[in-house]
Amino acid sequence: MASRMRIRAQLKDDYCEVKALMRHPMETGMRKDQSGAAIPANFIEDVQVLHNDAVVVQAYWGAAVSANPFLGVRFKGGAPGDVVKVVWRDNRGDSGSGETTIR
Amino acid sequence: MGNLDPLGLTRRGFMRVGGTLLAVAALPQKIWAAALRPETVFQTTTLEATFEALGGVPQVSDGIIFSTPDIAENGAVVPVRIEIDPSVLPDVSKLYVIVEKNPNPLAAVFQVPPNTQPYAETRVKVAQTGNLYAVAEANGELYMVQRETKVTLGGCGG
Repeated sequence: MASRMRIRAQLKDDYCEVKALMRHPMETGMRKDQSGAAIPANFIEDVQVLHNDAVVVQAYWGAAVSANPFLGVRFKGGAPGDVVKVVWRDNRGDSGSGETTIR
Repeated sequence: MGNLDPLGLTRRGFMRVGGTLLAVAALPQKIWAAALRPETVFQTTTLEATFEALGGVPQVSDGIIFSTPDIAENGAVVPVRIEIDPSVLPDVSKLYVIVEKNPNPLAAVFQVPPNTQPYAETRVKVAQTGNLYAVAEANGELYMVQRETKVTLGGCGG
């Protein structure tokens, strides 16, 4: 799915700020639909931020992260034009990613 | 069977182990991160159990700057930000976001290698008014800061 993530990587004083907005329902598994049937859990468990293929942040999430999750992180050593990528995987094994270049 | 095999591995079992090692070896970028989601901590259901699973109640530290709203109108989307003052708390390698009153208090973990700033921003669900905790791990020690967020509309369920 092409438009699943909005991502921006911007050089600040001595670090690169990465902001990403993922599209995901982040269902806890505790909600019920209108007929009273439980809505199965479906949430992102694992998120990595990569700078030129090196992992700069490894995050693990639970179902308590809000729907359409926002992530903001900062790493050092980025230069304009470098590739920054965010990759996620959810509890059902689905995955998604987004990438941008540092500006 | 087994007595022909000094390691107690059948051939099939051995192939399985070998396959796992290959799979791990194929993910070099994950190795520093200890490569595993802390499932048992995510499954805890009380704040006490969460701290216990992490290794004990963290010491309070003013090296953690934890920004949360005092009042959240919508508990389903509560912005949180953790920053670390490295002059007070150096070598932070992990950050945890914990929501006291949620069914599973641990919401998120962020692991950072030395070249990444211990900094994380995200948005979490907060079931009801209660304390939010930012926990930082540095050199195996745990530190924390707590902040209360009042929730007008709960974050779980309708």
